Amino acid sequence: MSDTQYLAAKTIDEAVNAHEKANGTARFLAGGTDLLVQIKSGIRKPNLVIDIKKIVELNSINEISDGEFEVGASVSGANLNRNLKFAKLWPGVLEAFRLIGSEQIQGRASLGGNLCNGSPAGDSVPALIAAGCKAVIAGPKGKKDVPIENFHLGPGKTVLENGEMLVSLKFPKREANSADAYLRMTPRTEMDIAVVGCGVNISLENNVCTHARVSLGAVAPTPLLIKEASDIMVGSKLDDDILNKVSKMCMDACNPINDKRGTIDYRTKVAGVLFKRATKLATDRIGGNK
Amino acid sequence: MAKIQVSTRINNENIDYLCEPHDTMLDILRNQLNLTGSKESCGSGDCGSCSVILDGELICSCLMLAAEAEGSNIETIEGMSEGGKLHALQQKFLEKAALQCGICTPGFLMASKALLDHNPSPTETEVRYWLAGNLCRCTGYDKIVKAVLEVADEMKESA
Amino acid sequence: MNEISNKWIGKNTIRPDGADKVTGRAQYSSDTTMPGMIWGHVLRSPHPHAKILSINTKKAEELEGVKAVITSKDVVDFPIDTPVILGIQDMRWMCRNVMARDKVLFHGHPLAAVAATTEEIAEKACELIEVEYDVLPWAIEIDDAIKPDAPILHDHIQFEGKSSNIAGTLEHKKGDIDKGFSEADVIIEREFKTEAVHQGYLETHSCLVSVAADGRATIWSSSQGQFMVRAMTSYLTGIPQSNIRAIPAEIGGGFGGKTIVYLEPLATILSQKTGRPVKIVMNREDTMRASGPTSGSKSKIKIGATKDGKIVAAQGTYYLQAGAFPGSPIRGAVGCSLAPYDIPNAHTFGYDVVSNRCKVAAYRAPGAPIGAYGVESVLDEIAEKLNMCPLELRKINAAKEGTQAVHGPTYPQMGYLETVEAAINHPHYKAPLGKHQGRGVASGFWFNAGGESSAQLNITEDGNVVVTTGHPDIGGSRASIANITAELLGIHHDKVSVLIGDTATIGYSNLTGGSRVLFASAMVVTESAKLVIKQLKQRAAKIWGIDEEAIEWENGEARPAGDNAGKFAPLTLAELAEKATATGGPIGAGYQVNTEGAEGGFATHICDVEVDMDLGIVRVKRYTSIQDVGKAIHPDYVEGQLHGGCVQGIGWALSEEYIYNKDGHLDNTGFLDYRMPVCSDLPMLDTVLIEIPNPKHPQGVRGVGEVPLVPPLAAISNAVYQAIGKRSYSLPMSPPKVLKIIEGN
Ligand SMILES: Cc1cc2nc3c(=O)[nH]c(=O)nc-3n(C[C@H](O)[C@H](O)[C@H](O)COP(=O)(O)OP(=O)(O)OC[C@H]3O[C@@H](n4cnc5c(N)ncnc54)[C@H](O)[C@@H]3O)c2cc1C
Ligand code: FES
Ligand code: FES
Repeated sequence: MSDTQYLAAKTIDEAVNAHEKANGTARFLAGGTDLLVQIKSGIRKPNLVIDIKKIVELNSINEISDGEFEVGASVSGANLNRNLKFAKLWPGVLEAFRLIGSEQIQGRASLGGNLCNGSPAGDSVPALIAAGCKAVIAGPKGKKDVPIENFHLGPGKTVLENGEMLVSLKFPKREANSADAYLRMTPRTEMDIAVVGCGVNISLENNVCTHARVSLGAVAPTPLLIKEASDIMVGSKLDDDILNKVSKMCMDACNPINDKRGTIDYRTKVAGVLFKRATKLATDRIGGNK
Repeated sequence: MAKIQVSTRINNENIDYLCEPHDTMLDILRNQLNLTGSKESCGSGDCGSCSVILDGELICSCLMLAAEAEGSNIETIEGMSEGGKLHALQQKFLEKAALQCGICTPGFLMASKALLDHNPSPTETEVRYWLAGNLCRCTGYDKIVKAVLEVADEMKESA
Repeated sequence: MNEISNKWIGKNTIRPDGADKVTGRAQYSSDTTMPGMIWGHVLRSPHPHAKILSINTKKAEELEGVKAVITSKDVVDFPIDTPVILGIQDMRWMCRNVMARDKVLFHGHPLAAVAATTEEIAEKACELIEVEYDVLPWAIEIDDAIKPDAPILHDHIQFEGKSSNIAGTLEHKKGDIDKGFSEADVIIEREFKTEAVHQGYLETHSCLVSVAADGRATIWSSSQGQFMVRAMTSYLTGIPQSNIRAIPAEIGGGFGGKTIVYLEPLATILSQKTGRPVKIVMNREDTMRASGPTSGSKSKIKIGATKDGKIVAAQGTYYLQAGAFPGSPIRGAVGCSLAPYDIPNAHTFGYDVVSNRCKVAAYRAPGAPIGAYGVESVLDEIAEKLNMCPLELRKINAAKEGTQAVHGPTYPQMGYLETVEAAINHPHYKAPLGKHQGRGVASGFWFNAGGESSAQLNITEDGNVVVTTGHPDIGGSRASIANITAELLGIHHDKVSVLIGDTATIGYSNLTGGSRVLFASAMVVTESAKLVIKQLKQRAAKIWGIDEEAIEWENGEARPAGDNAGKFAPLTLAELAEKATATGGPIGAGYQVNTEGAEGGFATHICDVEVDMDLGIVRVKRYTSIQDVGKAIHPDYVEGQLHGGCVQGIGWALSEEYIYNKDGHLDNTGFLDYRMPVCSDLPMLDTVLIEIPNPKHPQGVRGVGEVPLVPPLAAISNAVYQAIGKRSYSLPMSPPKVLKIIEGN
């Protein structure tokens, strides 16, 4: 990394311009918990590292209107964890984010970094997809919003083009009687990369599901939104029959790889199990049990 | 390539240093500022032995660029005891044999301090999860967890 | 054993090196610097097996900032077919392990090293070294290495008349094995597999070496033996031992892995060439890839017992990975696995198998956990078949004083049976279990070791004590030595300071390893203290003008032995020290000996696990280690050894393993994927210290550090069986494997 330069950008424009000018040789630096590891191991060799943590918009948590949050792309896990209102509305997103690394990693790691790193196993991504969250992107051509489920194109690949930077994550306004949950499977209790992750976000009215989104991580080249799950779940009472059906659907949607962290067979089975458990957890949360 | 000048506060002292853009905070602490209490056991955020407190937040100094420290406030293990008196955690680690080889100890102490600063009366489970980013291969963590819980108890009593 | 007042022995005193370690001041090897210091970096092989056709270092040498480049040509060569034994190592392997000659034998094998003004330049220079390889087929797994057409690592190694990767065998026999099995009512025979695991010491290897203009070398490094560092560096550089001073830095964990050198000879040669102090720090990746983990294994265990639970025959065959050079710990596997039991007919056989992996090094009770895993699992099955409590089965067959062990010796006083009885009576063993929980037990044995040791005990002018010994302190041994010294001299513990000498300041002392340190140091410290007490009495005798024999040393004072000796006010250590010059000069004594009489250690563990039946995840819920520790000089640090060992065992059993990919590369070189247990994975750990003193030691000390890693593998595996009703025969019991077993396919 000996030829790298460092720039601490103060505004979105400064960051975006510098990135564009570098023509593909620059990387944004949020918490650095992915980027610095990659640079050290020689996987990435950027000429320019643009530190974006000092840009106000990227580092703030805004409640735009009651129950409607916009979270800056470089806000750390430790920081978001201190926002009690957010924790109440989006327990699943927060627990997914908080699962990333250790407390030390939490002191730095951001949702933006987790998303932009493009790993199919990023923990926050299925939770953000389930939440129906949008990525707010700034670039040379201005700002745009992209639903998270469309953000990833493949392992390490995202929709971001040269000069484009993720500014924030916009959450939909939270309705009453809704809750989300995220569960992952790792061999250890902590400090592990998800073998499978599952985010579920549901709303209930008189025990009938009125809204549902299910997302899986680490089971395909990109995190998946299981669209058909919503169709079956909405209007149902989420009884065992429905859950079994959707669980099967989750398993069918899996297109995982065999690697040191898990086998195809194992990942597929786990996806089905986690879906059920996460749905139960979210339902319990609506009922005020958890 | 020009070096970057950084002004920062470390352990309550104003410290300026010059660094390369790629130097990590840990590199500078250890190799330039002679603060070798922070250790590098992995260099990739997995072990916590490089833990420092940056503007009140616990972090791995191996995963921070030294250039990022401009204007910030850093606490390292070297600043933990004050005026020659050990911090309650340091004293308790000694009394409870919470260290064997001791290489992980500075990291555990910084992490434990950050924990008690944020949460003065943690449960055993909270201690265990908070310290999950600090590896110790010698102790099996048992005596470390006990030491932290005891300090928390004593702080409560004296408060 | 001496009758002792036990004021300090058995007390949890604060360790002498503690304050420095909690304030970050303790100097581990990579914390040391020197004026004019430059940095070294090692070029490593990208291939698991290849002929080295050429190495061109020209471009590297030309890079600005580069001071020297070395290859195997600069390291002393020992012909590959003639043994050069040094301790448990053979220098013909060591010289090829620190720097490949002719062939690279594993991914990460060093080929060249560079010294440059910065670490970065050294690294860059390594990238500029051009190496031409002829890549050869490789074998990583045991089965691939021993099949008939396996690629051969070392042509000169012969087995059964032809070139082979089986580099050695070891066998123990007792009684008549066939007759034994013919008397058995139940016979169980099973095959087991374990993966290579790393000690996981948190401090990676590193050293700083300064070779002065007169050719004298000073080495600061982290190792389990400064004398080993001196000797190996001397062999590999040709510098005489008298011209090498090896200074033991504080060591950040070793567990056996720091009983050989990797960097010291290279840094020494680089320093010789450049005339500058050279520092080399190995990173975590290279530490995992190219230092010495312990063997993966496959084994077959067959045990026969009568209806009433008497074991009549036992047979074990073990294949252990040695890595690229011979020397796997088959002795621990074939020697320790049956040691807890009184078995009339037994046969154990071990094969040492080389393959294209990094060369194994010692790891806590080397080989013994592998041996115990199979035996203790099969015993569990036998107990079940006989409808017998597994601890009862062990009790019936427990070796006792006078039993002849399968590996040869006849046991003196020992505490195995006591550990089993303590387990049976422990509340843990009777506690109720929850859903999907299971409880397992297992026992284990380790030889323990003695060996060469030296100590020097000096009285300071103000009447305090400085003790110097020669074994690096890796887990608090200084605290125990301080306890013993205070006890023997009858003085306050605070008056004793304990140092670890370097190779120039203390006599030869063997490695810290094999659980020998406290056993051996306590012996030489005891002898030194006796000599010092004799001197103190002589000084008092001189002052009082009476016979030395008429004086006794008690409570830190010289006193007339009785009324006949005369009436004199006692002389304290401080008073005698003050008068030392007038009474004959400095007071102090040293003692050096090859210590003998280390007796084996035994342990029995109880473990509860809970299994997530849908995901296959196993969590340890409760763990109790019961061990015959001889005498606990510092109980907290003894407990600490038990805790640490059992957690390493938990990692080995559940989540740690070396994973090689299809290119023969280690695929998990970081702690994120080499999964050592973290704090939140574990419960509090219970220990029971049983103190059956070693009759051959002045304080009754037995080694305690190795045994704790022997029982856990089987204890956990047996617990998983109880929880899910099916048995795993391979480690680690990772979630995918366990789920497969649960689902029965
Ligand atoms: C020890 C350890 C444990 C970990 N455990 C987990 C885990 O359990 N689960 C998990 O999902 N991850 C884990 N990670 C990975 C990592 O911590 C997370 O992905 C984290 O969220 C990354 O955030 P960051 O702010 O540090 O990203 P950075 O490293 O700063 O950035 C990551 C990537 O995103 C780009 N980027 C960052 N911000 C932006 C932006 N605003 N716009 C455009 N591009 C941007 C960067 O250029 C870089 O390529 C772990 C990492 C470590 C070191
Ligand atoms: S050295 Fe920073 S986490 Fe290990
Ligand atoms: S005390 Fe050695 S690693 Fe923790």
